[in-house]
Amino acid sequence: MIMQADRQDIIQQLQREVLSMQKPIKATGQCLETGLWEVEKAFPENTFPLSAVHEFISDSKENAAATNGFMAGLLGQLINKGTAVWVSNKRTIFPPALRNYGIDPERIIFIDLWKQKDVLWAVEEALKCDAVSAVIGELSELSFTESRRLQLAVEQSKVTGFIHRYDPRSENVTACVSRWKISPQPSIMNGSLPGVGFSRWNVQLVKVRNGRPGTWQVEWTAGQFRHITRQTFTISETYKRRAG
Amino acid sequence: MRRYLAIWFRHLKTDWMTRCKPELKDVPFVMAAPEHGRMVIKAANVAAQEKGIDVDMVVADCRAVLPSLQVLDDKPGLAEKLLNNLAEWCLRYTPVVATHMPDSLLLDISGCAHLWGGEKAYLRDIVTKLRGFGYDARAAIADTIGAAWAVCHYGTVSPIVAHDQQEEAILPLPPAALRLEATTLERLDKLGLYRIADFITMPRKALRRRFGENLLTRLNQALGHEFEALNPIQPAEPYMERLPSLEPIRTASGIEIALKRLLETLCRRLAKEEKGLRRSIFKCYRIDGLVQQIEIGTSSPSRNVMHLFKLFELKIVNIAPALGIEVFTLEASIIEDISPTQDALWNFTEGSNGAAIGELLDRIAGKLGAHSTHRYLPDEHYWPERSMKLAASLSEKPQTGWKVDFPRPIHLLPQPEAIEVSVPMPDYPPMLFIYKGELHNISKADGPERIEQEWWLQQGLYRDYYCVEDDQGARYWLFRSGSYEHGNAQWFIHGFFA
Repeated sequence: MIMQADRQDIIQQLQREVLSMQKPIKATGQCLETGLWEVEKAFPENTFPLSAVHEFISDSKENAAATNGFMAGLLGQLINKGTAVWVSNKRTIFPPALRNYGIDPERIIFIDLWKQKDVLWAVEEALKCDAVSAVIGELSELSFTESRRLQLAVEQSKVTGFIHRYDPRSENVTACVSRWKISPQPSIMNGSLPGVGFSRWNVQLVKVRNGRPGTWQVEWTAGQFRHITRQTFTISETYKRRAG
Repeated sequence: MRRYLAIWFRHLKTDWMTRCKPELKDVPFVMAAPEHGRMVIKAANVAAQEKGIDVDMVVADCRAVLPSLQVLDDKPGLAEKLLNNLAEWCLRYTPVVATHMPDSLLLDISGCAHLWGGEKAYLRDIVTKLRGFGYDARAAIADTIGAAWAVCHYGTVSPIVAHDQQEEAILPLPPAALRLEATTLERLDKLGLYRIADFITMPRKALRRRFGENLLTRLNQALGHEFEALNPIQPAEPYMERLPSLEPIRTASGIEIALKRLLETLCRRLAKEEKGLRRSIFKCYRIDGLVQQIEIGTSSPSRNVMHLFKLFELKIVNIAPALGIEVFTLEASIIEDISPTQDALWNFTEGSNGAAIGELLDRIAGKLGAHSTHRYLPDEHYWPERSMKLAASLSEKPQTGWKVDFPRPIHLLPQPEAIEVSVPMPDYPPMLFIYKGELHNISKADGPERIEQEWWLQQGLYRDYYCVEDDQGARYWLFRSGSYEHGNAQWFIHGFFA
């Protein structure tokens, strides 16, 4: 038994060492209050990795909207009175809507380009600039080499990057720290109230470096994420109180 | 011993006009500007003056005298500009040149004249050259500025006043030669003092009491008892740096080194003058006589060597060195001030470095075009397409808040797309809709939110917007334009909610 416990300890210590080696520059003092405790548990050290590139994949217009909504939610926490750069080649985002995600739309600089190559170049340049809070890139194809370049840029500048790949040809391996898939879920209204409720998403963490992938139900409520457990599909007490 | 030279351009503005338009040479014309609701002549050429038309007359009166008189517009500040240019031209004769409004130049020629073989030759050289340009110039040399000016304007004997002879030279001249105000001159005239000789012997006390201190000052300045300072012009040095190479340069790294050196010297100068460049041209003169050039622009004035170098670096590939480049020049074509206050304004983002973002955008604009960068500000319109406007600059702040009272979709289609729907009742959200051949059963809906056309901007039908959710959970923004009552109802999809 003692041997077993020792072995566990050794393995855990080795894991920590490997982790520290993989993240040569540990982002200190940076912590994202996503309100997504359950989701954050999937990541190493139970924290959402900043100074990294996250990859989001969507395959339909509805999923793309949900993905952008989820990214906007994360960005709202990240931007923190800074400036973000949003690079895309076929932009559909409607800036006034970003206000709902805690972002002042004037803080975002949109860069609209035609060629994928230019988008990648602009994303890399933006990621190299440590004055921006976050960079979002909308493109469809991202090869491993390209993602590696982005990752290297991020390790220097400590900027967080989100890559939204809409309808990629293949879900190839990339050097990104995680891969997400977000799809919309039917919203739940309190009791028999009519109308559309808060945005609710099925958040799927398909890949995560050194973490455990998983699937969660997340709702965007009153300017923050709320994790929905199976039990809270029925209305929780707190929610009832908040709804009045 | 100091020597001064005064040049008087008797018809500065009209001579310049004749230079620009040679067909006006023998035509009587004047240059006039509006003054108290009438056109007053500011300059008249020789041909006009022969007909009795002179400065300060009203154009209408002169037209009565001479119906064929041509009247041209007088631009404000023209004389100053012309004098400055002439002063810069005169720098070849002496390093100290000053303008004396409205029509004279003053040159400090101490120790310069012998290079032209004496004052006579020197004076002749200047005057013939200026007359060659078409300017009716008179010049005089004296020990003092006052005497030179006086002889230049009113002298009749010799344009060169010998050393210490200024008193004799100015004695027969009228008092106007002392550069006095009109009121003093009038008073002198009234008292019958028509020449300087008439009053120069009067007691100083009496002169001061009757005509003021200024007369004495001018007199003393003309005689050389009092010093008069010149305010020499500062020729504008172009913001240009030049770098010749010992051997023709053919490699990219060679060009980079040259560019970096030029940038360093240019930026050092800009930093000294608290300026930054907005546009810059890098030219490479090839040994076969061709010139290769690349140009950059920045979104805000910059003198950051690394940043400017990066902007140029993207374009160095466009330079074809062929057999080699012998001279590099770097020119800053647009310069703006960088003041510390502007730096503070520029930092519109707290906690982050606005300048760094500006540089990032410069790099992107330099490679991909400035039109690719957008930033939005709220606009006071309910119509969704018009609810935001492009920000003119990075530092522009929103004047109004963003509206959050009604839900807006995260994705907005650039153009609303027509859909087929089935609606249970007018003014109700649809039960289902078909978009791009796909059927969506609607399970939940909110609305309508009516948005009227802004008739002062655009004619058309109003829109009733509905947020709907289909049974898959996807949320859409639909609208009906028109109404069933009028039979012009049409359904569109306009956006996707997250």
